[in-house]
Amino acid sequence: MNHILPLIVAIPLGMAVVTLLLSKAAKRIADFTAFLTTAVCLVLSFVLLGTTKTAYWMGGWYPPFGITLVFDGLTAMLLLIINSVGFLATVYSLSYMEKYTAKPKYYALFLLMVAGMNGVVLTGDLFNMFVFLEIASIASYALVGFGVEHEELEASFKYLILGTVASTMMLLGVGLTYAMTGTVNMADASRMLMSMPATRTMAFAAGAFIMGFSLKSGLVPFHAWLPDAHPSAPAPISAMLSGVLIKALGVYAMARVIFDVLGAQPIYLNIMITLGAISMVVGGFLAIGQWDFKRMLAYSSISQIGYVVIALGLGTHLGFIAGLFHMFNHSSFKSLLFLSSGSIEHSTGTKNLRRLGGLGTKLPVTSSSTAVGALSISGIPPFNGFFSKMLIILACVQAQRWVLAALAAGVSVITLVYFLKAMRYSIFGELPKAQEKIKEVPFPMAFSLITLSVICLGIGIAFLVSPTFGDAILKPAADVLMDGLKNNASSYISTVLGG
Amino acid sequence: MIGHSSLYIMDIALLGMGLYAIIAKRHVIKKIIGVAIVEYAINLFLILIGYRMDGIAPIQAEGMTSAEFAKMAVDPLPQALVLTSIVIGLGTLALMASQAIKLYEKYKTFDMSEINRLRG
Repeated sequence: MNHILPLIVAIPLGMAVVTLLLSKAAKRIADFTAFLTTAVCLVLSFVLLGTTKTAYWMGGWYPPFGITLVFDGLTAMLLLIINSVGFLATVYSLSYMEKYTAKPKYYALFLLMVAGMNGVVLTGDLFNMFVFLEIASIASYALVGFGVEHEELEASFKYLILGTVASTMMLLGVGLTYAMTGTVNMADASRMLMSMPATRTMAFAAGAFIMGFSLKSGLVPFHAWLPDAHPSAPAPISAMLSGVLIKALGVYAMARVIFDVLGAQPIYLNIMITLGAISMVVGGFLAIGQWDFKRMLAYSSISQIGYVVIALGLGTHLGFIAGLFHMFNHSSFKSLLFLSSGSIEHSTGTKNLRRLGGLGTKLPVTSSSTAVGALSISGIPPFNGFFSKMLIILACVQAQRWVLAALAAGVSVITLVYFLKAMRYSIFGELPKAQEKIKEVPFPMAFSLITLSVICLGIGIAFLVSPTFGDAILKPAADVLMDGLKNNASSYISTVLGG
Repeated sequence: MIGHSSLYIMDIALLGMGLYAIIAKRHVIKKIIGVAIVEYAINLFLILIGYRMDGIAPIQAEGMTSAEFAKMAVDPLPQALVLTSIVIGLGTLALMASQAIKLYEKYKTFDMSEINRLRG
């Protein structure tokens, strides 16, 4: 079974090149290959769900000498998120990207980004993680600026500068870890670091890692690029960036390095909680004032990622379950909302809430999917957002962090406020005169919207029927983090190094 | 002769200079140069980790035992890492330069304070 592991990185990586080459013959082939590639990746990530922990030694080189691909509960969950959102975004792109001229190039970059993210969550080698992180990031810089208009270029440039600083900070952390342990294999480094007394070098490495990954995940005060970059990208890319990229490159990488490599000391967890709490509140308040729908969604991403980071930083089993569940849910409803905003822009030509209104009658699919997304993210039962937010608040109470619990509850009210504003000005109200001739989006776009809406509602109802519904995926993922916290990542180390 | 720790201090100073250029300079090209300086500082840092004063290149000569070799040679792994990191840096630098050209075409300026359509 572990022979699938390299394939899930290699297939999109290879197909990115093949797509470009084949599209020289006929442009339409690019649609087909991109669809097929992401579909295969989705199937592979479902097949892998049944596997238990396993490791693959690239080229037969034993760790710590060769590169290891590691598969455990946390990786399984992330792979599922990345490839399902990737597949739906590709389906959406089939018609949405028609208005851009260089569709094959778009698909090539898109597949590179998917390959990079799959690599980041699979790899068991710190430097290899940096390389995959750069593959995903560079593809995303180019994709943000894909429209090559004023705003896109400006956003892309800011993102590029700050993203590069983030990557170099991560590389500094890798260098310091290597200086301490003499290895870049995560399990091997972890084994040595756990038996060492805490030093200032270790704290410096942790600081560099946390700064790099916070920049990638857009936590306040490292968020400056996010509200520019996410709205400026084409809608399917916004969905990938907000739905997946900040989680795979930011939150996942931070959790993996802190829990499984450096060892989760209380101070790192407190830093995570502090950054998360600030992001949650600041992102929420900044979102209220926005009139650009996509910009509002971007600020909302900052706020929701704050929730995830807080829950992971609590360091309790319920906290891990809650945080990972919210991460899963956020990827479904935030990509749904970004795709919906793209559909609104596709039909009406604007994303400014002041110029929208009355879409409920004209665009039934788009407006109902917007409503589902908005209700899910603001935490209205029985949608999935309600349950994960409730779990996060419960986890805060259980850990006796009363202030955090109150903040989380308060920010969910703020979330409700700005999404009510978004719905009031887009779905309800008067239809502006200029937009009486608008048409509903074509089938591929509607397909992605409906599928994601069904996922949002389905997870919520399934959780209502049986609260243990998500355990098959969430429990193994939370156990990985728990193992890092309590047992010095011994189970992770034995998976990689064997014995 | 310069000691090992002062090399590290100079390297961190280089990193600080690069970050300063990124944050404080408004000129697009100067920001790009700042990013390049940061990348070089980190690459140099990696090299310094594996460096050994008066060390030899990590190629085992004939008649040299493995123990002798390990005692004298510099650490080759950071050099391999830096090679990869330089290539990645080249990629980002090329992307940044092409974006700077595009930005100039659209805005007719390199001043970041005038490239400010996105705010709020």
